[in-house]
Amino acid sequence: MMTSLAFLLIHLAQAAATTTAPAVTDLSTNLPIDNQGTVWMPSQASTTAHQIDALFHFILYLCVFFFVLIIGCMFYFMGVYRRRHPEQRALSNATHNTPLELAWSILPGFLLVIMFWWGFTVFLDVRTSPADGYAINVNAQQWSWSFGYPNGHEDNNLHVPVNTNILLTMNSADVLHSFYVPSFRVKMDVVPGRYTKTWFNANKTGEYMLLCAEYCGKQHSDMNAKVIVHPKEDFPVWLANADPLSRLTEEQLAEFKSNPDKFIKGHPELQGLEPPASLGRKLWDRKGCKTCHSLDGATNTGPTFKGVWGIQQPLRDGSSILVDENFVRDSILNPNKNVAKGYDAVMPTYQGRVKDREIDMIIAMLKSLSEKETKK
Amino acid sequence: MASISVPGAIAGQPARSKANYLNASSGFLSWAFTLDHKRIGVMYLVGIFTAFLLGGLFALLVRTELLTPGPTITTHDWYNRFFTLHGAIMVFIVIIPGIPAALGNFALPIMIGAKDVAFPRLNLASFYMWVIGTLFAISTLAFGAVDTGWTFYTPYSTKYAFNGMIPVVAGAFILGFSSIFTGLNFIVTIHKLRAPGMGWFGLPLFLWSLYATALVQILATPVLGITLLLLLVERTLGVGFFNPELGGDPVLFQHFFWFYSHPAVYIMILPAMGVMSELISVFSHKHIFGYKFIAFSSVAIALLGFLVWGHHMFVSGQSNLVGMIFSAITFTIAVPSAIKVFNWLATMYKGSISLNSPMLYALSFMWIFGIGGLTGLFLGTMATDVHLHDTYFVVAHFHYVMAGTIFVLFGGIHYWWPKMTGKMFNEPLARLSCLLLFVGFNVTFFTQFMMGSHGMPRRYYNYPAQFQMYHQISSAGSYIMGLGVILMVGYLLHSLARGRKAPDNPWGGATFEWRTSSPPPVENFHEQPVVDDLYDYEKLFWDEQAGGYVRREVPDGAARPAH
Ligand code: HEM
Ligand SMILES: [Cu+2]
Repeated sequence: MMTSLAFLLIHLAQAAATTTAPAVTDLSTNLPIDNQGTVWMPSQASTTAHQIDALFHFILYLCVFFFVLIIGCMFYFMGVYRRRHPEQRALSNATHNTPLELAWSILPGFLLVIMFWWGFTVFLDVRTSPADGYAINVNAQQWSWSFGYPNGHEDNNLHVPVNTNILLTMNSADVLHSFYVPSFRVKMDVVPGRYTKTWFNANKTGEYMLLCAEYCGKQHSDMNAKVIVHPKEDFPVWLANADPLSRLTEEQLAEFKSNPDKFIKGHPELQGLEPPASLGRKLWDRKGCKTCHSLDGATNTGPTFKGVWGIQQPLRDGSSILVDENFVRDSILNPNKNVAKGYDAVMPTYQGRVKDREIDMIIAMLKSLSEKETKK
Repeated sequence: MASISVPGAIAGQPARSKANYLNASSGFLSWAFTLDHKRIGVMYLVGIFTAFLLGGLFALLVRTELLTPGPTITTHDWYNRFFTLHGAIMVFIVIIPGIPAALGNFALPIMIGAKDVAFPRLNLASFYMWVIGTLFAISTLAFGAVDTGWTFYTPYSTKYAFNGMIPVVAGAFILGFSSIFTGLNFIVTIHKLRAPGMGWFGLPLFLWSLYATALVQILATPVLGITLLLLLVERTLGVGFFNPELGGDPVLFQHFFWFYSHPAVYIMILPAMGVMSELISVFSHKHIFGYKFIAFSSVAIALLGFLVWGHHMFVSGQSNLVGMIFSAITFTIAVPSAIKVFNWLATMYKGSISLNSPMLYALSFMWIFGIGGLTGLFLGTMATDVHLHDTYFVVAHFHYVMAGTIFVLFGGIHYWWPKMTGKMFNEPLARLSCLLLFVGFNVTFFTQFMMGSHGMPRRYYNYPAQFQMYHQISSAGSYIMGLGVILMVGYLLHSLARGRKAPDNPWGGATFEWRTSSPPPVENFHEQPVVDDLYDYEKLFWDEQAGGYVRREVPDGAARPAH
């Protein structure tokens, strides 16, 4: 308790100093720590944040005023009119005072109108997407985020250029989620079966936390990501290197698959290209497979990937099926056709969300997980 | 300051037979099949208080888990079940029935000078519906426990959540009927059974609030019932209402759900406001100020409460125009709420204020509801709500409002305890427990405003370490509250066994229940009370021998004692 209070004081002192410390990462969640907020608000990193904060503080001061007024009167009356003897009578027996009551019913109404109108106009500002900007698709699924870029790259963290309107079109593969970046003051629900849109313009480079704000089941609290705001000139460089696989031509792809090591050596300009199995592992992370399928044999919502390649997988309907290229492909694009025994048909389809060449990489990873097994 | 001497002749209580509603008959069956509204009220009180302890236990488990950012005492799955059970128990089983079914059942017929409610059998049925609904809801623990949150949002609830869903939803459905029965009974009772000469504006304000509450219960609860049925049909038969894969619309569920659940918030708070009006006036020993404004504001709150549900959905994807309308109507509700607070303050002004434990709870409510109500302004304002929605700011806000109700429920329990049980409790311990609850509550929930506005989302098992300090302070506060509750249970039980015998009118109230014995006889009154101004305290005089107040007719125009 005392230490907590001490923390609070330190925190307030820090907030007052508004330091510009470099982004620090919180080890438990791997999210950036926000140490530039004020007593009431996190750091401001979007063009609309200050509008919301101004309104917040307006309401705050109004509330403090009325609260002090009400509670002040209450304590004052408690003191002055305290009953000191059981026969002490009230000093007045006024039962009403219509003008006074009308006054205190009507006058605060003007403040309410101001609050409402201010809130509504700022809401329109933050909700109405600008005509042009950089479009990113957001795909939410239990319990990860995936951000789709115009060049086909998909990422689990949201990378954006600074000082640019970012237009998000969002969809959910399963249940309700909510896209929330406290430092941008942006929140919008992500709804299965329909697209919702939101936008922001980040005006400070750095890393910010992105959280799911609508309860979405077991690991709701782990459904977070980073927003990484790049300097304008760095962003295209990041994007170009983010997804080397998609930049290969068909011929290059064939070459890469037949002899990955040689191909990687021969193409140093393709930064970030790695052997298929390790690309597959990255996809497992990015596409959200990891929330249900482990790589280490642990049972989860779905079967583990460890050691499944080439086995006869028992199915729910009693039959069994060989885990090969066709089965894996089918399981990704058409997951509820063959449901493994002991599991529920809960996996969303990845149709349109993974490319053929990515499936190849995932298959390579599955193979590698079984080879290690047999080598032992 | 002069005080008049008490003539011995009128002192003490008139000699009456010793029979009262508690000892008139005995044995389990005499309670289980009782049609006496007082006994039903007492059974409700015991049941609701027990459920409150259970819900509180889940709250403490939740708070203990949150002491550290990662796993502390339990797993993801159990954490989610804990907060769901906590929320569902507190909302559906504790606060919605709380004041009306327990205190209202006991006090309403007596306050209008009637022998019972209009439909005593329906009243008993409503109690058993409550019991069955509660058992259903809690039985989910045995079926793997629900983890949807008390809001049951689709498609998570219909497609993904555990099967424990079905008993909980059935339980909430049955509890809805219990609530409708109570509401119906109260409306008819207030219309038909008022003592001869008691007009609408002669009703105690508590009854105006119960009347307004009953209107909401009757009109809104069926929508919840239908919504829950649709949910069960979708879940069991696969008919698509809300699940987009089956052609449904998940946002539709939110509309249906909040169409009930927002008015339900007023089912929770209105009765508390009614009890407040009684407590403030009685303990200020002064006529309530602005009776009509208070009465009509209850009705206004009840009616406007139906038109604001969309303020739960500013970021759900509803259109800007719809959001704007809901925001505007939401602000209008602030007006009748503020009217009540100002009127209570004006009642205290120039009063003669005694700070007995029921009044301490009432004053705590002013503070707590003050904060709860004012922070609602941040959430009704669309732009700020975008940032605060579904964060701990909202958790803090609704706890300030709902726990306001709980504080008044406790205030009401202490206020009517002597009347219900015939025993006085230990007043110093009662004040101490109120203080513990008040301090603990503010420590627990004020910190949640701060972490919420910094972006801490609700229903989080793991959280970024930067919020840990707030979470720890908050948990510390919840333990203080736990102590307060344990203390309260202790001295209340003790009073049953050892308490001093209660006088008829320990606090100086002027409403009818204080004009009969403590506890009242089965038929409520020894002689029919005469209707007069129920907020006129001029005829009440302290009687040292009785340890309470007695009524004495003051001849018109007689000189009042000087102040
Ligand atoms: C000992 C006092 C209490 C403590 C420490 C407490 C604590 C909590 C906590 C930590 C949560 C979870 C927040 C989240 O992650 O979403 C919560 C949720 C909730 N509480 Fe309480 N609470 C208390 C009393 C009450 C009372 C008296 C009520 C109402 C009568 C209440 C109603 C709720 C509701 C409706 C929720 C939301 C549940 C949900 O998100 O599904 N609580 N409470
Ligand atoms: Cu989510």
